Amino acid sequence: MDMPKPDAAVLARRDRIVAGLLDILPVDAVIHDPTETRAYECDALTAYRCPPLAAVLPATTDDVAAILRLCHAEGVKVVPRGAGTSLAGGALPTEDSIILGVARMRDVLEVDYPNRFIRVQTGMTNLAVTGAVENDGFFYAPDPSSQLACAIAGNIAMNSGGAHCLKYGVTTNNLLGVTMVLMDGSVVELGGAHMDAGGLDLLGVVCGSEGQLGVVTEATLRILPRPEGARPVLIGYDSNEVAGECVSDIIKAGVLPVAIEFMDRPCIRATEAFAKAGYPDCEALLIIEVEGSDEEIDAQMALISAIARKHNPVELRESRSTDESARIWLGRKSAFGAMGQINDYMCLDGTIPVSSLPHVLRRISEMSKDYGLDVANVFHAGDGNMHPLILFDANKPGDLELCEAFGADILKLCVEVGGCLTGEHGVGVEKRDLMHVQYAPADMEAQLRVKDVFDPKWLLNPAKVFPLDATESRRVA
Amino acid sequence: MRMGEAMQPLSEAELSEAIRDAGGPLVVRGGGTRPIGRPVAGAALSVTGISGIRLYEPGALTLVAAAGTPVAEVEAELAGAGQRLPFEPMNHRGILGTEGAPTLGGMVAANASGPRRVQAGACRDSLIGVRFVDGTGAVVKNGGRVMKNVTGYDLVKLMAGSWGTLGVLSEVAFKLLPRPETEATLVLDGLDDARAVAAMSAALGSPFEVTGAAHLPDGRTVLRQEGFTASVAYRAGALAEHLAAFGTPRRLEADDSTALWAGVRDVAAFHGATGDVWRVSVKPSDAPGLVARARGKALYDWGGGLVWLLLPEGIDLRNQLGQFSGHATLIRASTQTRARIPTFHPEADAIAALSAGLRRRFDPRGILNPGLME
Repeated sequence: MDMPKPDAAVLARRDRIVAGLLDILPVDAVIHDPTETRAYECDALTAYRCPPLAAVLPATTDDVAAILRLCHAEGVKVVPRGAGTSLAGGALPTEDSIILGVARMRDVLEVDYPNRFIRVQTGMTNLAVTGAVENDGFFYAPDPSSQLACAIAGNIAMNSGGAHCLKYGVTTNNLLGVTMVLMDGSVVELGGAHMDAGGLDLLGVVCGSEGQLGVVTEATLRILPRPEGARPVLIGYDSNEVAGECVSDIIKAGVLPVAIEFMDRPCIRATEAFAKAGYPDCEALLIIEVEGSDEEIDAQMALISAIARKHNPVELRESRSTDESARIWLGRKSAFGAMGQINDYMCLDGTIPVSSLPHVLRRISEMSKDYGLDVANVFHAGDGNMHPLILFDANKPGDLELCEAFGADILKLCVEVGGCLTGEHGVGVEKRDLMHVQYAPADMEAQLRVKDVFDPKWLLNPAKVFPLDATESRRVA
Repeated sequence: MRMGEAMQPLSEAELSEAIRDAGGPLVVRGGGTRPIGRPVAGAALSVTGISGIRLYEPGALTLVAAAGTPVAEVEAELAGAGQRLPFEPMNHRGILGTEGAPTLGGMVAANASGPRRVQAGACRDSLIGVRFVDGTGAVVKNGGRVMKNVTGYDLVKLMAGSWGTLGVLSEVAFKLLPRPETEATLVLDGLDDARAVAAMSAALGSPFEVTGAAHLPDGRTVLRQEGFTASVAYRAGALAEHLAAFGTPRRLEADDSTALWAGVRDVAAFHGATGDVWRVSVKPSDAPGLVARARGKALYDWGGGLVWLLLPEGIDLRNQLGQFSGHATLIRASTQTRARIPTFHPEADAIAALSAGLRRRFDPRGILNPGLME
């Protein structure tokens, strides 16, 4: 993967830049020793690494503003970093950039139950937000599977989703406002405790902009009352087509489950070997979760099961208790860990129209044979967000490249059937060079204009999201 | 392209041509039912010729349609399959005294959302894809037809509520929801504004899935629940118990409930009344204080997060409210008042600069509804 040539003038001024950062922050918040900056050389996309010029860990919005003012004046690129859990390389540094990490900004600033919001510093983890309100019966809805570790800052940058978006939406639908520092150091407030923008919806375009428009230091998040209860039903089928039809019929019947998860046979087998959740050995497994009071759950499950039975399932298991629910979820929740036991894997994130599911799964299985690499599918079937896991051996020369080529083909297929390259992980560096598959030059140009307005010098999170050739004239300008 | 009182392109390609070849400002319109904003002078450009549902997949909860498609046509089609637009779009004809058929494009350009916004999100939250023509005539697509999509910047949100100032929408895509089997409304009488907001907050903070919470000028506080019949019956009982401190609610069943909420959605209480109409978005618990300062007739929707105010003509509400967290929009007033008092809430300098920068880049000649949002 290509990255731009580092700015030699910046590298030459390294000492002066570090001294400037030390004027702003305490000594332990500026990491510049080459042995220590290595800790920031990559995020969860570990295939690509590059230590930054330095890393800084500010504690306040004012600190962030001072850092950005300095970097703006010195022409230094800045890579914002949440918890570094990006699977897309969203926080991959360049040699001439500094990492701006929000890990020390973890305070809850305000909890307001009557108005149903929480205001936090963005270094707080996703799960800690729910943790701050759950004793009072509330929760924060977006639940990416990395929620124990991932930070709200990264959730906002990538517009993270999770398993429950069918009912509750993704980050952008649960974000009411942000405090954001622009690259020139000015601080802006977008949105707040009220709903919707008074003018242009700048908050809407900031969410999901992968840290390229500003550094979000505080966020006002919508919190929701926790449902009375939730239970899943597990349904197994001997064909992907039939499982897909079942999902479609359930949705058409007017039931809105909070989650519809789908696993294919390779994934079922791997997780069974690992977690022993007692899943049937079948072609396609659905886990469908519904919410409400016990009686409401029973009623919805009865409806779902009646529809499911019409499609002749090989197994149908309704959870009646917390224990049974945990067993049903056990395999799904260990899916990624299970794959990791078998081999190295690459996790994709394309979205497809739900109706294309059988076709796409068939094509992936054909491509798997052509490439000679195994693939397991686990995904959010209600919203079409797929997570094919391609298995490869990082120690075998050429295997990573082969895996990347296979992944690119799968993502092209997603776009071809009317879907997109990434449903919740973001583009980062990983899918940067595939953007032209989804977007014509005019589509991309419209997005670049937004970047021009927020960050005219193109210093924030360089070389991400857009192909380098599409941005070159702007970056050097 | 049809020419008449307004230019009426019949395809996206013709729309692109019309904008590219425009010699001066364009007044962009759909059904013409929402003449909101600073009055704009220019040649009329109607999008109603670009019409029709392009794709509807009930099993995937998705709809794609041309921007000029009437909202009513889409709602009827969805109802036929037991589905609907989640955000309950407001119809502005009653409040603005306009005629015509609201279009999808106009609805998106206004980010028009009704009472269910408080639970299901605004128009912008259900909007998953757009195609539009920018001020240079370039056709741009963003988003698509899938619910989860983080590929590139989210211009979909930016287009919602941009009132045709960044581009002219040609196609829009939505995520849908099932239409519930039934609905019911609990009615509490005699609560003052502050108590009413407290009751609505208690209801919205409960797990009983309230999909509408409003306090009406006649003093009623109304709370809607929707879903399967047995579920609504159970939740209505549970909610009434939860709100015991606020009184014993009456219950409106299916059709009566539906009619009541259509009135809340369209602010029927202010139809035909003299005076200016303002729409204030605010933190719910701040709303009663603002209403007291405004000294007008008020309808609270969104649990208090949205306040509709009827004020004597020509008053600048913002002067009366002073600083507050939120924004006030002038929805209905005479042309003279709208020329004098900005329709949209003045933005902080840094925000205004970003918005102006975006407009300059999407519409470098300044021909798309110029000045409407300023």
